[in-house]
Amino acid sequence: MQANARNLIMNETTTRTLTIQILRHNPQDPESEPRFESYQLDEAPGMTLFIALNQIRDEQAPSLQFDFVCRAGICGSCGMLINGRPGLACRTLTSKLGPEITLAPLPVFKLIGDLSVDTGAWARQMGERLETWVHQESEPDIDRLEERMDPDRAEEIYELDRCIECGCCIAACGTARMRKDFVGAAGINKMARFRLDPRDERSDEDFYELVGSDDGVFGCMTLLGCNDVCPKELPLQTQLAFMRRKMASVK
Amino acid sequence: MKLVYTDVLVIGGGLAGLRAAIGVKRRGLDTVVLSLVPAKRSHSAAAQGGMQASLANSAMGRGDNEDVHFEDTVKGSDWGCDQQVARMFVHTAPKAVRELAGWGVPWNRVRSGEREAVVNAEKITISESPEAHGLITARDFGGTKKWRTCYTSDGTGHAMLFALGDQSIANGIPVMERKEALALIHEGGRCYGAVVRDLVTGELTSFVARATVIATGGYGRIYKVSTNGIICEGTGMGIALETGVAELGNMEAVQFHPTAIVPAGILTTEGCRGDGGLLRDVDGHRFMPDYEPEKKELASRDVVSRRMTEHMRKGKGVKSPYGDHLWLDITVLGRAHVEKNLREVKDICHYFLGIDPAVDWIPVRPTQHYSMGGIRTRHTGESTTLKGLFACGEAACWDLHGFNRLGGNSVAETVVAGMIVSEFIADFCQSDESEISIPTSLVREFHAREQGRLDELLATKGSERTSDIRRRMEEIMIDKVGIFRTGVELDEAVEELQQLLHRSRNLGLQSSVHGANPELVAAYRLQKMLKVALCVALGARERTESRGAHSREDHPQRDDSNWLKRTLTTWKNENDTLPTIDYEPIDVAGMELPPGFRGYGQANHRNHPDTEARVSEVTAIREQLEGADRFEIQNRLMPYKHLLPERYRERNERLEEPNPSS
Repeated sequence: MQANARNLIMNETTTRTLTIQILRHNPQDPESEPRFESYQLDEAPGMTLFIALNQIRDEQAPSLQFDFVCRAGICGSCGMLINGRPGLACRTLTSKLGPEITLAPLPVFKLIGDLSVDTGAWARQMGERLETWVHQESEPDIDRLEERMDPDRAEEIYELDRCIECGCCIAACGTARMRKDFVGAAGINKMARFRLDPRDERSDEDFYELVGSDDGVFGCMTLLGCNDVCPKELPLQTQLAFMRRKMASVK
Repeated sequence: MKLVYTDVLVIGGGLAGLRAAIGVKRRGLDTVVLSLVPAKRSHSAAAQGGMQASLANSAMGRGDNEDVHFEDTVKGSDWGCDQQVARMFVHTAPKAVRELAGWGVPWNRVRSGEREAVVNAEKITISESPEAHGLITARDFGGTKKWRTCYTSDGTGHAMLFALGDQSIANGIPVMERKEALALIHEGGRCYGAVVRDLVTGELTSFVARATVIATGGYGRIYKVSTNGIICEGTGMGIALETGVAELGNMEAVQFHPTAIVPAGILTTEGCRGDGGLLRDVDGHRFMPDYEPEKKELASRDVVSRRMTEHMRKGKGVKSPYGDHLWLDITVLGRAHVEKNLREVKDICHYFLGIDPAVDWIPVRPTQHYSMGGIRTRHTGESTTLKGLFACGEAACWDLHGFNRLGGNSVAETVVAGMIVSEFIADFCQSDESEISIPTSLVREFHAREQGRLDELLATKGSERTSDIRRRMEEIMIDKVGIFRTGVELDEAVEELQQLLHRSRNLGLQSSVHGANPELVAAYRLQKMLKVALCVALGARERTESRGAHSREDHPQRDDSNWLKRTLTTWKNENDTLPTIDYEPIDVAGMELPPGFRGYGQANHRNHPDTEARVSEVTAIREQLEGADRFEIQNRLMPYKHLLPERYRERNERLEEPNPSS
């Protein structure tokens, strides 16, 4: 079936002028005060916030800071508040938004400048704290047939492995705002992923040591903002409930 | 002056860099990884379809082994690769997949019993044997005889990068984010580390190291339309080039991927066609069988991209406001397959095109995708001319890919090269050879030079804008150094790029902030990018033949008699506007697989004078050893095991080839 030409975003015709309000602040500069600055630009067919922000930087605000890498919704660099809601800017089409757009950096994370936040440091400390790798006594024998794994199990692990550590779930989390050490949905999902992995030899007691507290599964207030905003549509709600039940039964 | 010492400085936090760092760390060395972005955001994450390794577990991969993978790779390269390196690679690839399996990558697995698949637009039934159940499975990719590409859905790079990112945390390897190497510190043909800028504070730090590794990926972003992440600007090659000593190899060898979406240029994986997807034209006609009756949509990427362009030139493209395109049709695979095995593709189509690829065709056209060229290294990964500098992954010309890389071989190269090169680096660092004694004045000199350049850029209010020059460079590269090339256009490209380089020495910046300053970053990268672009354009102009992805319309023949050689470019003097070109012959007499027809594309080449003799030799050896096992025959044709680090020499076990010692 040929693609319906009406559906194709590249065929859109548009003449809107967009007004983009950006929350700007450079913590490196002692003179800088957080403030909104407003930029106007003509919308183009298929325009994403990636394109719009680069155009603003190129033509109007050379010092504007933001982060993109893949610009394809894969790498998780560009999480920000888009009209107040955490999301990936690169794959947000301006045509899906009104003519006035407000952009702000993700809360909770350390601000680097303007729309850029330090999700890297957060992810690293989460990895160190929760030991987010397969714990196995023996090294894989790389010259022999690999250990077998049930095909369904491999797919279930991949389902949870798809987290890109973009930080949207943390920014949308009520608990993370109140408890600075809360591991958040990303952390709990990671634990669920390794718990599911037959190669990881850790027991529920071991996982309990890592997330069996108010900074882990018992801190979650079940507001489920994480589940609503996850760009990868990970089953965070299910994993939170599942891990809490498993951890609650650890003596 | 801030100074840090480490044994091994790794520049680049993607798959190649991380695996190299893990390798040296496990050998007891101190290492630091520098990354422009958080390591897990590296462009490696965007590799969708998978990595090639001849495990031969699935029914469609039965009979596969290193020999078959080797042959596919050499043909794919159009005989431009180093065959010994290709051998080292195909031998180590299964070990890399198995290592990653142990480290947590959830590779898709073989499921015993019958299943439906689409091959050549027809539904077929594949029957998987119970003995393979639960082993790692593989899908089909272009230019391969067997189904050999191991995958996790279409997020293979992501799963691999996260496994290695987490392994680097487990190994306590410091990964310093938002750090950019501006220059290599070197003297007398020896590299001593790098001057590094903090992208947040603007502060410079000099890192002194026994070994320095560049693993910064490719140079796709010198092109206007590229599937590459925006950080793939070739600046790692740029700093190597600017030493005036290190050589870049085959920079004109640039791959165009057949299926990037229009207009965003985002990749849809080769897995789409590997899994049975078709290419169609404006009339809905499946045109690839007309051109490539044998391999159809699954010829090598250079061939498919050229056929698509050829077909669009005949007026068979679909018109759009963004130029002509063709259709990729994966509706034939069915919704269940698309949603499970091609979900990134589905997301990309949904978010960027507003279509559902389970029912709609995807607008695609060939787009810059991969850099076969890079820092020329020996088989150890060490620069041929700058001691103590190593390179691996896409940043290197190791030279596994020659003039065209097969899909699934790049992501495999990252980890395989990381494994192999890190062993050689560790050997080097544990030998007296690596001892360094440099005066701090040398470090200070490089440090001061870089600081001076930044100060000057910020202070000089020149008349040129970075973005104007950059945009023009990108246009020249896509228009004149693209899929099809001609002498006239390449002349124009070289000429105009030189003018741009000249203009780039007179930039005027609006901001004068020393700290976080995106305008400054773009400005100081510009000259490096232009120099890299000139290496590509000049190499392409001089190479008056067509080989792999380098396709000259005025010289359509592959000319082994004159061009079976590797282009080497260096930048001798800072004020030059052109690189210096040299060539390195490829030895036909030592080839396991002497040059011939690839089996797809056009059969049109001129033989090298040594080819006939080598073909006779190879045939004679094969006849003489008839009945001998394949390892013995291979070893007689072209020994390579001695080149591998000892820990990677053992044979790979397969269901059909049990390990003799087990």
